Amino acid sequence: MRRRTLNLIPHAVMILAILLFALPIWIAIAGSTQDSAAIARGDVSLIPNLSGLGVYRDVLMNGSAGAGPVWRALLVSAGMALAIAFGKIALSLPSAYAVTFFRFPFRMAAFWLIFLTLMLPVEVRLIPTFQVMSSLDLINSFTGLTIPLIASATATLLFRQTFLAVPDELVEAARIDGAGPLRFLRDILIPISGANIAALFVILFVYGWNQYLWPLLVATDPKLDTVVISIVKMIGVDTATEWNKVMATAVLALIPPVAVVLLMQRWFVKGLTEGDK
Amino acid sequence: MAGLQLDGLRKSFGSNEILKGVDLALADGEMLVIVGASGCGKSTLLRVVAGLETPTAGRVQIDGRDVTDLDPSARDIAMVFQNYALYPHMSVFDNMAYGLKIRGLPRAEIRAKVDAASALLGLEALLERKPRQLSGGQRQRVAMGRAIVRDPKLFLFDEPLSNLDAKLRVQMRGEIRRLQRRLKVTSLYVTHDQVEAMTLGDRLLVMHQGVPVQLATPTEVYARPADTYVAGFIGSPAMNLLPGLLGRNGTMVRVADADIDLGPQRLDRPDGHPVILGIRPEHVVLDASGMTWPVEVVEHLGAEMLVHAGRPGEAALTLKIANGTPLSDAIRVSFPSAHIHVFDQATGLRFESIGSGPSSS
Amino acid sequence: MERRTLFPGRLLPALLILPQLVLTVIFFLWPAIQAVKSSLEREDAFGTSTEFVGPDNFTDLFADPLYLAAIGRTVVFCACVTAVSMGVALVLAVLADTEIRGRAFYRTMLIWPYAVAPAMAAVLWVLMFHPQIGLVGAWLNRIGIAWDYKLDGTQAMALVILAAAWKQISYNFIFFLAGLQAIPKTIIEAARIDGARGLRRFRTILLPLLMPTVYFLLVVDLVYAAFDTFATVYAVNGGGPGQSTQTLVLKVYLDGVVNANVGASSAQSVVLMVGVIILCALQFRFLGRKAAT
Repeated sequence: MRRRTLNLIPHAVMILAILLFALPIWIAIAGSTQDSAAIARGDVSLIPNLSGLGVYRDVLMNGSAGAGPVWRALLVSAGMALAIAFGKIALSLPSAYAVTFFRFPFRMAAFWLIFLTLMLPVEVRLIPTFQVMSSLDLINSFTGLTIPLIASATATLLFRQTFLAVPDELVEAARIDGAGPLRFLRDILIPISGANIAALFVILFVYGWNQYLWPLLVATDPKLDTVVISIVKMIGVDTATEWNKVMATAVLALIPPVAVVLLMQRWFVKGLTEGDK
Repeated sequence: MAGLQLDGLRKSFGSNEILKGVDLALADGEMLVIVGASGCGKSTLLRVVAGLETPTAGRVQIDGRDVTDLDPSARDIAMVFQNYALYPHMSVFDNMAYGLKIRGLPRAEIRAKVDAASALLGLEALLERKPRQLSGGQRQRVAMGRAIVRDPKLFLFDEPLSNLDAKLRVQMRGEIRRLQRRLKVTSLYVTHDQVEAMTLGDRLLVMHQGVPVQLATPTEVYARPADTYVAGFIGSPAMNLLPGLLGRNGTMVRVADADIDLGPQRLDRPDGHPVILGIRPEHVVLDASGMTWPVEVVEHLGAEMLVHAGRPGEAALTLKIANGTPLSDAIRVSFPSAHIHVFDQATGLRFESIGSGPSSS
Repeated sequence: MERRTLFPGRLLPALLILPQLVLTVIFFLWPAIQAVKSSLEREDAFGTSTEFVGPDNFTDLFADPLYLAAIGRTVVFCACVTAVSMGVALVLAVLADTEIRGRAFYRTMLIWPYAVAPAMAAVLWVLMFHPQIGLVGAWLNRIGIAWDYKLDGTQAMALVILAAAWKQISYNFIFFLAGLQAIPKTIIEAARIDGARGLRRFRTILLPLLMPTVYFLLVVDLVYAAFDTFATVYAVNGGGPGQSTQTLVLKVYLDGVVNANVGASSAQSVVLMVGVIILCALQFRFLGRKAAT
């Protein structure tokens, strides 16, 4: 009997935590379907008004005060997130392969140079990076939005950890079977690293989707506004904020990254906790 | 023609010399087992032969061809690893076929070879499975299959049975032996298990600290160990090694208070030369007129029992005798001269008799 | 740590690593060097010429009471965000680790905020705490508490701390849970047989075994709070009201981009770089170089 009563406490705390976590989202979902003026008076109902769902169409096509149509912003965000995720994987996989499976002059120097980028987040080299971009004529371009974020070292380090854990005998068996370095990479290493690549994809997709400071700085053209930029612009207009549209945009902005995390949860948790440490 | 020949093979990692000059020749179709404690260099030797390590000095020839500078894949060898090293994402079929695919064999031929090997190993029903769906013994068979389909000039085994449980190990040991006899492929087999070494090898190479200390048939290694290391390593329980002094013109060894007669043997060393007398536990006999040893512990093994005798801090003696033999607190034993081994205390090397004992080979 | 087996060849690995090296040099190393260089220079009023001024920008910076106040504010902000997010995450992870039904469901429902952008965290919390339209904010005003984070600096600080910590709880939770589940069951069973239960078991057995995770998250959370929260703070109030939520990263942006004072901004960048390097060094120490070796 005593055990059972004790077990209720964890359940109660967990449910409370889940509700607290979900509350902001629920407010946004419920609020998005209601009348903007009612929200502005402070009359937010927690019950969605199903007839107000048209707001989603409205923001997708027309946007809201302060920002353009949300479909375009979603497209820019998706493009940026995918370019960063695939770009980083495509860049880091070969470089991690090179530093773990070969020995060549300046190997450690190259590795440390890449490792150094961990210590240089975009926030601390903001202005000079912007100046480099502008001298390369990459301001207000999709390339400028993505390339500097592709170069960082996190993915390289995660891949290196994964590769170091590959049993030596597997490599030796492949060598005796006659597989050269590129063949080994293609036939063995990439297939057995599938789960790690998937985890990394989730991490990088979320990272790319969530960027704010860099796009704010490098893309002033409203056509290149990401959905995160758009929504901050929307709440930034002090008068006449269309709150239902802000909330609808917030929901739309959250769906893709949350979906990616939840759908790939298993690999993501494994890759995150096993790789970083 | 030699199946495998090694000349003056040396390997160092930095200042650490692992192989200190190994010469070896295997006849075509011979199975040689390399045995030694961990760190003796046996695995390094195997890896150098495979081409996974480059020797610091020396040459490797396989089937009369110098392969020292060749890539592992060009040496026409196959290797079975301790942890099997199966490709986890490939089916059993693909695991066996991978090497053949890379060599560009036609599909039909690959199919035929894999089918033949899997029939030999009883893997026909498992070809579509992934390694993680197999038991330890089945994985072991797939690893063997991957080696067999390649039809190589040389098989290399790197402790292939040590990840199996005791019962399966005995079974697979027999299977490997049968397969090797049937396929007649020259084989090099590395193990730390002396039972595997004794049962599998046509010949045995005992290694110690990077040096081959004895190369002979299993029977010979057991009967005439080349030095105290081999004497202690091969045989279970280990040979009794008792320090003593030579006497009576090299025909007797004095151990503690007892004079032990070497029978017809005579050793060519001055009296008083420090030696080590060796006798296997199974060769010590109870003898009412022999030396007295106090009994410490008795272990029953079923048909036999082990008697550990000796005084704390002094030399110990182990006997293997029929179970149920009546014992008192102290036993009296003697060492039949035909089973006595004598080694030099300084070098550990075996003394050969210059008298009427069997001569050195 | 090194692999035992390697592939021969030098050209191929060089080609494989080259693309990343090129991008690293162009977009990381070069700007970082530029930051150091311009931190030692000063532009004239018209931006037509620059002169080398040595450490002047730094001495000015540390003589500036606004900057010193920003340092103090950042320390408070980072400490609060880290403490709140780690504390809540630890409690939730310990509960999720107990043998209760629906563990997987609870875990899923706690993981998703990882995907929320720092800027979006700010938006969601503004929607809750807005003095007029926010469910909680309006309610606070109705019961007589004068709540308006746009006017009250302390309230603004509290709001950005909560928004920033809320988002990081998920990340910490994932790691704490993984850390707890990596503790061998036999150790817990031994502790039970020894009679350690409840809080005592947590304090004497679980927490010490969890310390590597705690240290790791401490550094990660501090870096997160110091840098990644730019968007959170900026989206709530732009650093205001006044300078009440102006953290160091915000100041780099405001001084450099909005006020176009490159020398001062670069000096601040260099100070931040030193901060990150110290944090990374700490992480190395605590983690026994796991990440790099």
